[in-house]
Amino acid sequence: MKIGFLTCVPVAIGVAGYGIAFGVIANQAGLSVAEAALMSATVVAGASQLIAVELWADPIPIGAIVFTTLAVNLRYSLMGAALEPWFSHLSPKQVYGSLFLMADENWALTIRDLRTGSGRGAFLLGSGIAIWTFWVVSTVLGALAGGVIGDPTRYGFDFILVAVFVALVAELWDGRSTLLPWVVSLGTALLTASLLPGRWYILAGGIAAATLEVIRYE
Amino acid sequence: MSDETKTMPLSTLEGALSLDPLVVAVITAMAIVTYATKVGGLWLLSRIEVSDRLEAGLAVLPGAIVVAILGPELAAAGPAEWGAAVVVAVIAWRSNNILLALVGGVLAVVLFRGLF
Repeated sequence: MKIGFLTCVPVAIGVAGYGIAFGVIANQAGLSVAEAALMSATVVAGASQLIAVELWADPIPIGAIVFTTLAVNLRYSLMGAALEPWFSHLSPKQVYGSLFLMADENWALTIRDLRTGSGRGAFLLGSGIAIWTFWVVSTVLGALAGGVIGDPTRYGFDFILVAVFVALVAELWDGRSTLLPWVVSLGTALLTASLLPGRWYILAGGIAAATLEVIRYE
Repeated sequence: MSDETKTMPLSTLEGALSLDPLVVAVITAMAIVTYATKVGGLWLLSRIEVSDRLEAGLAVLPGAIVVAILGPELAAAGPAEWGAAVVVAVIAWRSNNILLALVGGVLAVVLFRGLF
């Protein structure tokens, strides 16, 4: 567990970058510092939290937020399932506790560690604690900074959200196989946005791309 | 703006710590849904066989959703934002450093908004 924590610290510092951005954006969306921190502490899933505060409005579009969170995080089911062989010697309590702290970054590190045959079942937990700590603290810092910034358009801070997603795209790019599903998602989103009110185009784009992928799989 | 920040430190602190019941409810729903996805796969694995086909479909979801968010957002923006988006993408891709990319993007958007 300690090894997991230490290995993950450099990665967790990167996570803190997203955390600060999330805090700023959450604050600008109208969440208090406490609410932003609560979300980071209990949801522990960066991309879906950023998308949720992007959807945030008055009144809160609850359905869109919860469904989109589900869609964005469905991948965790696969990631958790992939760890199954290494969980066999842990108690159910340890397994389900570790999974709460599972995020993309520490999952990737855990898979790498376990493939080397270390058998360190607590690696996910240790790295998860590192991620969680940095994530929550950086959210608070970002939310406090967001309050100081004031009018977001003045210094270009309104652009942070777009910038975060552009950076995420650069990170999620997985070679040429990504191109077609992304183009389909983009086209569907643009079309849906012009036809339907609200933010349903986000789910429409994602579902269209996933459907295409299921159909064309060989 | 400067007046406000001077005269309301107490209410600002209160605002920072406030927890709206509806907001807490939405966050709780998000937390439950997310935890369900994290443990759901492992739980389901003992019951059904997930095909590689379905797995491939789920794997493209995060990227596709982010693209779906960005598309209409950028379509509604202007040349300053498009240029800054390119700056962010290049820095993120070259340096793998999110903070550097964000700072570069924000500086670029301020610069480009002044130019265009």
